[in-house]
Amino acid sequence: MTSESASSIQMNFQTCPEQYQHWNLSFDGAIAELILDVNENAGLFPDYELKLNSYDIGVDIELYDAIQRLRFEHPEVKTVIISSAKDTMFCAGANIRMLAGATHGHKVNFCKFTNETRNSIEDASKYSGQTYLCAINGTAAGGGYELALAADYLILKDDGNAAVSLPEIPLLAVLPGTGGLTRLVDKRKVRRDLSDVFCTVEEGIKGKKAVDWRLVDEAVPTSKFDERVRAKAKELAGKSDRPADALPVKLHPITKNMTEEACEYSYLRFDIDRKTRTATLSLNGPSRKLKDDLDGVVEQEDQFWPLALARELDDALLHLRFNEPSIGTLIFKSTGDVQSVLSYDTFLHENAEHWLIREILLYWKRTLKRIDVTSKTLFAFIEPGSCFAGFLAELVFAVDRSYMLEGQFENDIRAQAELVLSQSNFAVFPMANELTRLESRFYGEMKSVDNARSLIGKRLEAPDAEAAALVTYSLDDIDWEDEIRILLEERASFSPDALTGMEANLRFVGPETMETKIFGRLTAWQNWIFQRPNAVGDEGALSLYGSGTRADFDKKRV
Amino acid sequence: MNKVDYDNLIPNNVDLSSDRRLQKALEKWHPGYIDWWKQMGPDGFQDIDVYLRTAVSVDQEGWAKFGYVKMPEYRWGILLAPQEEGRKIGFGQHIGEPVWQEVPGEYRAMLRRLIVIQGDTEPASVEQQRYLGHTAPSLYDMRNVFQVNVEEGRHLWAMVYLLHKYFGRDGRDEAEDLLMRRSGDKDTPRILGAFNEETPDWLSFFMFTTFTDRDSKMQLEALANSGFDPLARTTRFMLTEEGHHMFVGRTGVERVIRRACELIKENGIHDPSDVGAIRGLGVVDLPTLQKKINFHYSVTLDLFGAEISTNASNAFNASLKGRFREFSIMDDHLLHDSTYPVLKNIDGKFVKVHEPAINAVNGRLCDDYIDDCEQVMTTWNRVIKEYGIDYKLSLPHRAFNRKLGEFSDTYATPSGEIISADEWQSCQGEWLPDNDDLHYLLSLMQQVIEPGKYANWISPPRTGINGQSGDFEYVRIAA
Repeated sequence: MTSESASSIQMNFQTCPEQYQHWNLSFDGAIAELILDVNENAGLFPDYELKLNSYDIGVDIELYDAIQRLRFEHPEVKTVIISSAKDTMFCAGANIRMLAGATHGHKVNFCKFTNETRNSIEDASKYSGQTYLCAINGTAAGGGYELALAADYLILKDDGNAAVSLPEIPLLAVLPGTGGLTRLVDKRKVRRDLSDVFCTVEEGIKGKKAVDWRLVDEAVPTSKFDERVRAKAKELAGKSDRPADALPVKLHPITKNMTEEACEYSYLRFDIDRKTRTATLSLNGPSRKLKDDLDGVVEQEDQFWPLALARELDDALLHLRFNEPSIGTLIFKSTGDVQSVLSYDTFLHENAEHWLIREILLYWKRTLKRIDVTSKTLFAFIEPGSCFAGFLAELVFAVDRSYMLEGQFENDIRAQAELVLSQSNFAVFPMANELTRLESRFYGEMKSVDNARSLIGKRLEAPDAEAAALVTYSLDDIDWEDEIRILLEERASFSPDALTGMEANLRFVGPETMETKIFGRLTAWQNWIFQRPNAVGDEGALSLYGSGTRADFDKKRV
Repeated sequence: MNKVDYDNLIPNNVDLSSDRRLQKALEKWHPGYIDWWKQMGPDGFQDIDVYLRTAVSVDQEGWAKFGYVKMPEYRWGILLAPQEEGRKIGFGQHIGEPVWQEVPGEYRAMLRRLIVIQGDTEPASVEQQRYLGHTAPSLYDMRNVFQVNVEEGRHLWAMVYLLHKYFGRDGRDEAEDLLMRRSGDKDTPRILGAFNEETPDWLSFFMFTTFTDRDSKMQLEALANSGFDPLARTTRFMLTEEGHHMFVGRTGVERVIRRACELIKENGIHDPSDVGAIRGLGVVDLPTLQKKINFHYSVTLDLFGAEISTNASNAFNASLKGRFREFSIMDDHLLHDSTYPVLKNIDGKFVKVHEPAINAVNGRLCDDYIDDCEQVMTTWNRVIKEYGIDYKLSLPHRAFNRKLGEFSDTYATPSGEIISADEWQSCQGEWLPDNDDLHYLLSLMQQVIEPGKYANWISPPRTGINGQSGDFEYVRIAA
């Protein structure tokens, strides 16, 4: 994949099981099977073949779609088994030729997306009552093993062939890009010296040793493998609280009307300004009054406003990340009635135990996290007629800076801008650091968090919001236009790399978690290594992979 | 809140009465400014009528209206030189583009810094000069210092206008800070060193307006070509007033020289360096004048910043601050490939080194300044010559007494001989005013307020202000 092909092909994140090229999804009561069967010739870009069940972004888009559908369309599924349709190969990880040919930007976006998808697997196991079990029925190398690591329980086929490995370092001179190193020591709790051995053994570790080192949970001989996987799947399903007989919520294709400069969804639109390299995402409040009962909500399926908006926002974010690399700044705006947003917000919290509502809240949590790790400057503009209330107000706390209009614009009759907090802003949507966005914002000043809590339900105008430090600046209409213009022009003049680094550093305060490590270390280490001649130079290992020539490393430690 | 009639209160050509943003900013700043003026402006003369020039417009008739006014009621205006249609940027990376009428976002911080540094010098000199009225050698001179002061106040307004109009909230904060800093204050000093020095006596004032206001002239000239048109227009109008300040300084020193020479001649003193004899006549001796030149000139050179400066080259490249009279320079105005000779101390010798011209923008501005100062020396020496006295005042070497730039670590004599730190310690009293000199100068400072009378140490001016007669009452002390 040359840089031309990467930039000329528009990535589409919409798919459905009927269109899958690489995955088979089958159901047996509470147990679903997600079987990787990569079609070698169906890579998203033309210049590589997806041999040995290796993947590219297209394979992962399908995986993400499947995970989402399992959550919403299959309330009855309590365990998901991931396995492979190939004989001796579970998954060889990300396709090396694809990586070798990809632009740096694509590699980074690709790794970020695959990480988010692995995290969403863990999120399902932990919070949705839908536990992932990985049946490693062949060799799981690199990204293949990292995919397995995302599951809660790993059963390795003990057939003298199947191994798990992270061969990136000896083979490619890069790091495992999907959290492998972090999950080894943090999640599997593999001893660090054994991890060191494991990560430098190209062929990996098999059978009993893999169990002893805690790389997998069980190694089971071929003759008993399927049976054991079934039994374990059933056992895991027994712990789930998902309903057996709930109505599924079908995720229909998202409708959108896309042009070069804008895209219109039903509750969202974004407009692109190439001069300031910004995209303005305008979120709309609910268009219909809340039907205040769960059955009514389930009937609306994916048209229920909070779900519809989350899907559209998710799609827009992925589009902007992959297809608009030059757009450096995302501006969030909203339009709608504060009160009706709050009524939805209240309804979600009152019914948070219901499987569907739980899924919607979890989906918002993941989408907000996707915003957090987006390598673009994030601003929120809170203007008259906006509806940043409850969970929508989380956007204001997700961004790098927020600007709120004090009073009204001249000749504008819309109501003054307001910001309203709810319990959504206090526990429901933790960031990757496991703090809420307000806790992150007020890190080390619990008083400010408590003060914000005391403002729940109050309709805060700009001076109140500024006084409570909930927005960066409150500006009146006299200053607004110029300040905003200069802000955007100034931002556009800075180095995109430096901004990405600064923003990522500032967004995640406080404690490290597995997630922050995965994204932070990916950004810091992998992105560095991906740029270095030892990996991508003419003599670098990634470039020479498969050529039979050994890489010639610059031996200096940096 | 009372609606303030700004157009009447504040002469302007920026359509203040319909500019909500400016009005909003001024509502807060204007009272603060008046408070500052009353607190830090000329001490003891706030309620007295002074014959001042006010600019009410930028045209021929309006720029110099004379009349009596109490200083706190002075009409400080916001006046910009008229906009030139179709003006194009004349230097730096944006050369040939139309000039900017708004702040380009990418240069916001750089422009704001340039404006704040310029703006900070204006109130600083008012603060430095606030006690001079008590020792004025005549009503004419007293009026002149007040005129300089109100105009420095207006220059502050001009810079504050830019901050208010174009820099939003940050700009208002910076404008506020301009009123908070105080010249010479330990905790909140003015930004540049020379503006924290004292101006304790009138000779210091004349030297300051000669040398330090001339730095302002150079800086304003460099900004007068800015790609940011409002800044260019503002500074162009400020230059007309800066000219008067330098006039006050240059002629002030000239009158001091003239008086000294007159008495030296009258009293038949043969050695112009006979300090004791000359001081006995109650005038400023020429060696002391030379020491004062050495001090004010060298301190002012430091205001130019390092000769080789990244900040200056960034500002030039960004088309924000050019060179002295950029348009009369015959080159590509880009400076990508050209070099400029910069004097350096290399292994104890002064050598001109060719540096990339883009990095030497400050060095060049400093050279232009030195040329300008040389002309002043010529006019002063002409007076000495007129009296047939064998003495020559001169500018010290540019390496003398420097704290900043190429020579900050060099010890050099006024004639440009490199010496050791020890030699400097033992000899600097010969070259820079010492306590005795300063005490002597202070002893001369006695207020003279009878119209038409002048202190013994200074000659009357050749002509009065605005053609007024010799005994005109420029300041109505008695009233």
